[in-house]
Amino acid sequence: MSAFTAVYWKEVRENLRDRRTLINALLTGPLLGPVLFITMMNLMVTRELAKADRPISVPVIGAEYAPHLMGALRSAGIDAQPGLPDPENAVREQRTDVVVRISPDYPKAWSQGQSVQVDLIYDSSRRDASTPIARVRNVVESYGRREGAMRLIARGLSPTTAWPVQVAERDQATSQARSGLMFAFLPYFFILTVFMGGMYLAIDLTAGERERQSLEPLFVNPVARWRILAGKLAAICTFSLVSLLLSVCAFATAPWFIPTEKIGIALDLGVHFGAQVVVIMLPLILLMASLQSLVSAFARSYREAQTYMSILMLVPILPSVLLSVMPVRAEPWMYAVPLLGQNLGIAQLLRGDGMPAWQVTTCLAGGFAAALVAMFGAAMMYRSERLAISG
Amino acid sequence: MIEVQDLHKAFGDVRAVNGVSFTARDGEITGLLGPNGAGKTTTLRMLYTLMKPDAGRVIVDGNDAYADALAVRRRLGVLPDARGLYKRLTAAENIDYFGRLHGMPEALLASRREALIDALDMRDIAGRRTEGFSQGQRVKTAIARAMVHDPRNVLLDEPTNGLDVMATRAMRRFMFQLREEGRCVLFSSHIMQEVAALCDRIVVIAHGRVVADETPAELLVQTGESTLEDAFVKIIGTDEGLAA
Repeated sequence: MSAFTAVYWKEVRENLRDRRTLINALLTGPLLGPVLFITMMNLMVTRELAKADRPISVPVIGAEYAPHLMGALRSAGIDAQPGLPDPENAVREQRTDVVVRISPDYPKAWSQGQSVQVDLIYDSSRRDASTPIARVRNVVESYGRREGAMRLIARGLSPTTAWPVQVAERDQATSQARSGLMFAFLPYFFILTVFMGGMYLAIDLTAGERERQSLEPLFVNPVARWRILAGKLAAICTFSLVSLLLSVCAFATAPWFIPTEKIGIALDLGVHFGAQVVVIMLPLILLMASLQSLVSAFARSYREAQTYMSILMLVPILPSVLLSVMPVRAEPWMYAVPLLGQNLGIAQLLRGDGMPAWQVTTCLAGGFAAALVAMFGAAMMYRSERLAISG
Repeated sequence: MIEVQDLHKAFGDVRAVNGVSFTARDGEITGLLGPNGAGKTTTLRMLYTLMKPDAGRVIVDGNDAYADALAVRRRLGVLPDARGLYKRLTAAENIDYFGRLHGMPEALLASRREALIDALDMRDIAGRRTEGFSQGQRVKTAIARAMVHDPRNVLLDEPTNGLDVMATRAMRRFMFQLREEGRCVLFSSHIMQEVAALCDRIVVIAHGRVVADETPAELLVQTGESTLEDAFVKIIGTDEGLAA
């Protein structure tokens, strides 16, 4: 048995006996993403659906001045409630989503054929209120357009006189692409799974061994340290790969738990999608394992390594955050950047656009190049005299 | 045979080892004696190639420890100060792991492992995970692990540290057995009686230097003392850090 295989099997066997590592690599890591995802999607869908259909009640100040407008609101399922004394505060304090205010000179202006003003009082920073606000605004605006058209007709003019330009929306997003927008954070789940799957192993195999003082006897064996490191990296990669495979399988079941047809999106997380995700994630598995080992080699104890890991864990979030804050057009070079490339790639796969071969190749080349650098760094750390000395 | 020639090692300003030379011969037990902090562990770490000396050479059976570290490690069986067992593996699995790292064929490994388990009288613990082992059980396992490849030279750092009387006696018997087999045994200790009971040759280290390299009898003659303990105190010039 070669030293590499000896190290590999020993680490795999030893860690299969560790409940904490197992739970993290095989349960928490792979399932956290899908469970969170399914729960969030369900919450979102049910809430949106409920708001779109449900009759809502909106406080209206001065309802008596505009009975026809009230009729239009009522027919759209919006019940006018008696007005509030201080509508601005009511909205600010979230006692109501939106308040309609009609000024007392409404009837006079209306009867003279002048333009009238209807105030909508709302807080645009409250995202959960956006549906009721949009509904009220829509009803008021379409009522205004309808009345305007009636006035023109009454004067013998065609309504098109007032609206020479008509906007006709032709949304080119496929239903899968629409779902892609909602799933912008999905790539991060996969990356996190890879990170979590190998993390405890990486800590245990370097910082843990150091803390338990077993590195010193280990390094006395007639085996070059880089071979020992290679065996350990292989064990870490195995665990994070298994973690990723489990996660992909769990995600494949997600469409059964999300009422996708109700929101008119298609969700294909099947074998084809999963296989491509695994392929473009391969370099990340090696990169993460090497980075984690490198970082653990700096730490004197398990606990110290955990602290460093929680900082390192923030790194994979960066591309996801950047992409959501400032959505950029994907340039070819971006696929070569580890993490960013995977983010773009998985987002594309989700949208159903697929990844051309050159993108996959760039993604793999960039990722493996970075992984090699990290491996080299870890090997350098392993060569240091300091590493083996525990006392 | 282990030849040590003028070893130096400094950590920052601290000169931990400052010109140590001695020879440990085959078929003899050589004791490395010195007060705490004298540089024993650092010297041993340079012998088993974990640390690189700033100056000086270590020759094991004719191989330079730094020109050919792997060859030297193959000829050494080492019980480091840090025993470091894998607690989720059984004692036997711990032994097997090191045997495989030495590239031993499985059949040879199995026979050698069983022989060591018998020699160290650890049959009852061989199949148990090492978590929760007593100090004695841990040392036995670590020694079996270090000896699995049948090394000609054996380095033991404070082998009886933390052992009870019975375990200490068993350890001594084992070390005599190693000598009978013609191996070169080098061990470090700060315990006088132990060195007196075991050693063919005593190398006394203090402040990073060798202050004596004699047989126990010569040491007494040279210092004019009647007990080794007094001789030891006289040689190192102080009784500071000495544990009797």
